[in-house]
Amino acid sequence: MTTPILEVHDLVKQYPATTAVAGVSFNVPPGICFGLLGPNGAGKTTTIEIMEGILPPTSGEVRYRGAPLGARFREEAGILFQKTALQDFLTVRQSIALFRGLYDHGLDVEEVIRLCALEKLADRDSRKLSGGQQQRMLLAIALVNDPQMLFLDEPTTGLDPQARRNFWELVESIKARRKTIILTTHYMEEAELLCDEIVILDRGRIVAQGAPRRLLHEHFAEVLLELPRQDFPAAARALPLKVLDASDRVEITTDDLETTLRTLLDARVPLQNLRIRPANLEDLFLELTGTELRP
Amino acid sequence: MMRRLLSVLHARNLEFLRDRSTLLFTLLLPIALVIGMGFVFGGPERPLFKVGVISTQIDPASHPFLRQRYVQFVPLPDAGAALHKLTHQQIDLLVELRSPPRYWVNTDSPKGYMTEKLLLAAAPDAQRQPVSGAGLRYVDWLFPGILGMNMMFSCLFGVGYVVLRYRKSGFLKRLHATPLTAFEFLSAQVLSRLLLIVFVTAVLYAGISLIIGFHNAGSLLLLVLLAVLGALSMIALGLTVAARFSSEELVGGMLNLLTWPMMLLSGIWFSLEGSPRWVQWLAHLFPLTHVLDAARAVMLDGAGLAQIAPNLLFLGFTALAFLAFGAWSFRWRID
Repeated sequence: MTTPILEVHDLVKQYPATTAVAGVSFNVPPGICFGLLGPNGAGKTTTIEIMEGILPPTSGEVRYRGAPLGARFREEAGILFQKTALQDFLTVRQSIALFRGLYDHGLDVEEVIRLCALEKLADRDSRKLSGGQQQRMLLAIALVNDPQMLFLDEPTTGLDPQARRNFWELVESIKARRKTIILTTHYMEEAELLCDEIVILDRGRIVAQGAPRRLLHEHFAEVLLELPRQDFPAAARALPLKVLDASDRVEITTDDLETTLRTLLDARVPLQNLRIRPANLEDLFLELTGTELRP
Repeated sequence: MMRRLLSVLHARNLEFLRDRSTLLFTLLLPIALVIGMGFVFGGPERPLFKVGVISTQIDPASHPFLRQRYVQFVPLPDAGAALHKLTHQQIDLLVELRSPPRYWVNTDSPKGYMTEKLLLAAAPDAQRQPVSGAGLRYVDWLFPGILGMNMMFSCLFGVGYVVLRYRKSGFLKRLHATPLTAFEFLSAQVLSRLLLIVFVTAVLYAGISLIIGFHNAGSLLLLVLLAVLGALSMIALGLTVAARFSSEELVGGMLNLLTWPMMLLSGIWFSLEGSPRWVQWLAHLFPLTHVLDAARAVMLDGAGLAQIAPNLLFLGFTALAFLAFGAWSFRWRID
């Protein structure tokens, strides 16, 4: 078995009014992309900030390469926070150079600029970048020490689809260099595409853990039938089916497609807008964390 | 360690120098103040005579001269220092009320002539000792005060608000995720502001000296040493306030709480000579008082290192104490 690069032991973080993390444990093997998923307020950012050494836990421990987080971890970790402000009036190149100066070892500033496709923006004021460009610059800063471990906290939130795909390609190229990545995200598509292993958190606890494909196989031996909500009459809810409400549709999971279709036809449910697809990570996420809106 | 410190120092200097409006304001405000003050106070002196009495206290019952109206009597136990004030026309007459009374008068001072007449009316047998020496203009006396005030604002608000802005924006949190230590970060901020203040003060000194025709009686190097220690002490004082708080209102209020007593009691605008003892005692708790006392001693009286050593020691000690407290209580992020 591979020795984990990061071990998380029974983390607890309590605030006066709430418990943000309530006993979370997992190991991260080296060289993989490890996803932390969960609805708003699940404890993802608190957990990742404790793992980054930014926030002290109430109890529990995080160990990097078998030792408590210390100078070596700070030298070898790269971090992209959910929100980061930099110094005013500095260009992209100068902002990257500032952070390069804080590490003993790392990549050449120009190399990082090239790696994150920032050549044409290098001399621009860092405040005058678009959302996607800003994230690429912050990723460059996170990579400036050539980290063994990269933390990405909701890196594509607020980006347009093109910028998001562009960012994913960058993360794929970092993965190809055998770096360990810890990623938190709201986008299941992102987690499915990038993560080799995931943990789903809800109310500060782990509700599922493992490789996405394996988790899907464990929870969904079935296929999913999607119907517009208006096509699914209230009477049909009495049918012997596993029905889950999504925003504008209902989802029916089944391992016997023919019988389910016959049941729906017999009940005169209109099927002209029916869509059949295999379960994905979003289905798993909703099944485990529910569909109710979080405060 | 030096590499990290220099990286932060370089970035902070770039940030400040590119913020042109702040830079311009930092330079123009004190120049405008000095020119304005020169116009306001550079004219005729206030119509009050000031007479030094070689004594530890003033007892009006002891001599009829001490009961004269419109004359302020100042006890000056040190005869040497009192004569020095007379030659600089900081007092109009110096008397020793023994029997018969003895007095010193500055023959270059019109007010000395007037006060001599008042004395001779009350003590015709008083023995005359003439001295001479050009008087100080108020603007010459004010000049170190303006430089010191500019330093104080730049030290306290410059560093305090910058650290607060970094904390609120999350920049400090990002730095905390690197190997940079609080001591390295704070040292870089102190050095950056120190370089700026010494540079701005030197530019102001040269510029204003030309405008008002000021001549420094002491060592320029000693003034640089004083500026460095004074700025260090006040920057470090600003850091103690900005070290952990995240509210602009609170930090602004606390900085005002520090600056206003210093504005009023450190001797920027007027001498504290003759004010109650407790006011003088309180004033000497402020770094700015020591900066101004020492600067005036060097610039106006030509004092050397030995004379201002107590002020320099106070500034050095407080700089270390404030910096240690600031580093100890420093917070990278908003709790």
